[in-house]
Amino acid sequence: MTYAANNLTHGRELIAFRIGDQEFCVNVMSVREIRGWTPATSMPHAPSYVLGVINLRGAVLPIVDLSLRLGMKPAEPTVRHVIIVAQVGTRVVGLLVDAVSDILTVTDDNMQPTPDIANEAAKAYARGILAIEGRMICLIELDALFPHTESEAA
Amino acid sequence: MDMNEIKEIFFQECEEQLAELESGLLKLNDGDRDPETVNAVFRAVHSIKGGAGAFGLDDLVSFAHVFETTLDCVRSNKLEPTQDVLKVMLKSADVLADLTNAARDGGSVDEARSRTLIRELEALANGEVPAAAEAPASKPAVAAPKAAAPAPVVEKPAVNDEGFQPIPFSFGDFDEEPADRYVPTCQILFRPKKDLYAKGNEAALLLRDLSRLGEMSIYCDMDSLPPLDKMNPEEAYFSWKISVTTDKGEDGVRTVFEFAEWDCDLDIRTIEEEVVGEAANEEELPMQPVPFDLSILDEGGSTGSDEEPAVIESDAAAAVAAAETVSKVAQVASRAAENAKAAASAASAAQANQAAAAGQTIRVDLDRVDRLINLVGELVINQAMLSQSVVENDTNGTSSINMGLEELQQLTREIQDSVMAIRAQPVKPVFQRMARTVREIADITGKSVRLITEGENTEVDKTVIDKLAEPLTHMIRNAVDHGLEMPEKREALGKNPEGTVRLTAKHRSGRIVIELADDGAGINREKVRQKAIDNDLIAADANLSDEEIDNLIFHAGFSTADKVSDLSGRGVGMDVVKRSIQALGGRISISSKPGQGSVFTMSLPLTLAVLDGMVVTVAGQTLVVPLTAIVETLQPEASAIHSFGASQRLISIRNSFCPLVDVGRILNFRNTQANPMDGVALLVESEGGGQRALMVDAIQGQRQVVIKSLEANYTHVPGIAAATILGDGRVALILDVDAVVAASRGQSLRQDISLAATG
Repeated sequence: MTYAANNLTHGRELIAFRIGDQEFCVNVMSVREIRGWTPATSMPHAPSYVLGVINLRGAVLPIVDLSLRLGMKPAEPTVRHVIIVAQVGTRVVGLLVDAVSDILTVTDDNMQPTPDIANEAAKAYARGILAIEGRMICLIELDALFPHTESEAA
Repeated sequence: MDMNEIKEIFFQECEEQLAELESGLLKLNDGDRDPETVNAVFRAVHSIKGGAGAFGLDDLVSFAHVFETTLDCVRSNKLEPTQDVLKVMLKSADVLADLTNAARDGGSVDEARSRTLIRELEALANGEVPAAAEAPASKPAVAAPKAAAPAPVVEKPAVNDEGFQPIPFSFGDFDEEPADRYVPTCQILFRPKKDLYAKGNEAALLLRDLSRLGEMSIYCDMDSLPPLDKMNPEEAYFSWKISVTTDKGEDGVRTVFEFAEWDCDLDIRTIEEEVVGEAANEEELPMQPVPFDLSILDEGGSTGSDEEPAVIESDAAAAVAAAETVSKVAQVASRAAENAKAAASAASAAQANQAAAAGQTIRVDLDRVDRLINLVGELVINQAMLSQSVVENDTNGTSSINMGLEELQQLTREIQDSVMAIRAQPVKPVFQRMARTVREIADITGKSVRLITEGENTEVDKTVIDKLAEPLTHMIRNAVDHGLEMPEKREALGKNPEGTVRLTAKHRSGRIVIELADDGAGINREKVRQKAIDNDLIAADANLSDEEIDNLIFHAGFSTADKVSDLSGRGVGMDVVKRSIQALGGRISISSKPGQGSVFTMSLPLTLAVLDGMVVTVAGQTLVVPLTAIVETLQPEASAIHSFGASQRLISIRNSFCPLVDVGRILNFRNTQANPMDGVALLVESEGGGQRALMVDAIQGQRQVVIKSLEANYTHVPGIAAATILGDGRVALILDVDAVVAASRGQSLRQDISLAATG
């Protein structure tokens, strides 16, 4: 997995963002745009981390509370929160995060394998850890968070 | 562009040609004897044949060829297009359509049927040619040449793989001469137009093919060639005067030009020997043969035709002299051979030009149009939001901003209308398909039916058109099979033995109204009533109005036909029609007069992208309920609410009890039942029949909303049909009334909830 992760991120640019006191990043290529928080229309029978849908220039965009999705405490959206509009497979999903912090260019040297911890969920989406300027940034694999198999079955 | 894409374009064009063919044949059927109509029909079949040849679709080519041959007899006035002839031709058009579909989608066609038709067509083509008299001149028709434009036209053996024999037939003007006594000389004036080259044809290759027919002399007319600095490289400047001695005759020559015929001026004359002789006496040099080195073509392959003057190095003076001579000969010849055919070919050329000028269209991917519609819809919303905030912030607002905004509003509205119009298509193709359905059912049932269509050019959204065909086919079948009486019975009743089915489309108050009327027996109300009683649909002593009885036929499992036929009455009946019309957001009604026929009236929205909805509030959420589902709205009174069982509540509406459904509860927007007295009840009619009263908190109003897919980025949500965007830019969900009603019967809405969890 580490090899794959390294190859995947070789010389790539990443967008780093903050949720609570943790920092995460995703590949910049999967990010379509970043926009401010607007109240979402809630959906019946939706899982708790789906906050609802918003209007993205005529398309209906589901908003996911990434904090909750990653197993942390639910976000309380304010105007300072931002939505990262990301392409996952054929779909577009809005990820609610606290703030976008950085754009990083990383090479293999910066990447460290995900530590061997007990949390299966965390291991499933974490593709590695970056150490930059004393910060720790976790690289997230969006495809693992929103797998295709399930979405296609729907 | 790969081969498949080209093929796809070919099939798209085939569809257009088939529509052209059918409408042309129908015009002929109505007594139109305009040679242009015949030509148009002929061209349609011919183009299909040509394209099919290029893709090696042999079945299609062989059938089209026979069809074309017979049509050519009509074109040359040898075959009178009587009703019987046209019946065969219309059937042939159907088979041609089937073959085209089979070639596109795979699958098979009714071989026996096409073989029978091939025989019938051959018989027609032969029948009008008195075999004995014309025998010497009759020549086997040359089998379909390959159509690939740049490729040389190759003559295939006269018997093709299908094993059918090409039909011997003759061309009238040619037959006037005893063709077998001498080898005639054809004089050809060939003047390509720009289009010929644009379509990938090549004059040089055509000339080379011509040279294979027999001894040929050729003269290139370069008079119209402008000086180099004025020359347009894409223009066609040359024309050729060719004299070829061939036993293939004029039709052989025409075959060479088969695929170029409409893109050039072509004048072919068979020179009688005397005429040639006379001309020769008048002038020393009737025809200046110019040596034409054909080998250069074989080397060059793609030599541009405009470069050819280099080959034909001829003295300018001699050329002018020769040209004069030739034109004289042509005059003599034209007097001798003045006939209808020349006129017809000229007319067809004119028609081709006209057609090219009139129908300027482009093919656009539907996705692109949809994207545009999406963006324009968003523009309208944005503009509305902008106006709103300007009005709010600018209290003394007589400023130029307001003026500008108003103009912007008009502009955006106009853009929206124009963009919506792009998707609108005339209902004509569907109506034409119905013509075929009528023919087939009339054939099977042995009834004689005339289909009259009106308002074919009424435009409606493409998606509506696509979904209209099925219910309409069903209704037409019903009308012919059940509605119309047998011819004998009609005669006995003093009606025209030929039944009439009238299909009309028109716009009315923002919807399209389609009417299907027959002049048959009308609904037998006694029978319907009896059947309904037998099926326990109504009580035996129920007192029903005529209209109510008529509407019983929309109930599931209702068929009044005594015997179950192949066509209709298989248990799927008008209830299916009604449901599919409702699924389109439409309504259907019937009115019937015994002995005079029935009229079905369908009213459909002009587009599926827009929906008339009632905007309601449920537990703080804004929802849209499709207006077509709502029967009425009412404010419940405490006395009308009755508890039933543990948690059910019924509302009494004019003494009938109707279950109350709390929408907020079903959609999990709230955990406790709302108090019915605080809200509004929407009486809805659902798919499964029966009414339900949906409880909502408040009604905000009625408006047209643009339907947006939830599935595109999310997933299907049970109880929700789609989403839309309201004027304030927020997303509102559109309620799936049927699903909510089903849920209220105890079926779970949450069955696929695990799938919804994908985000």
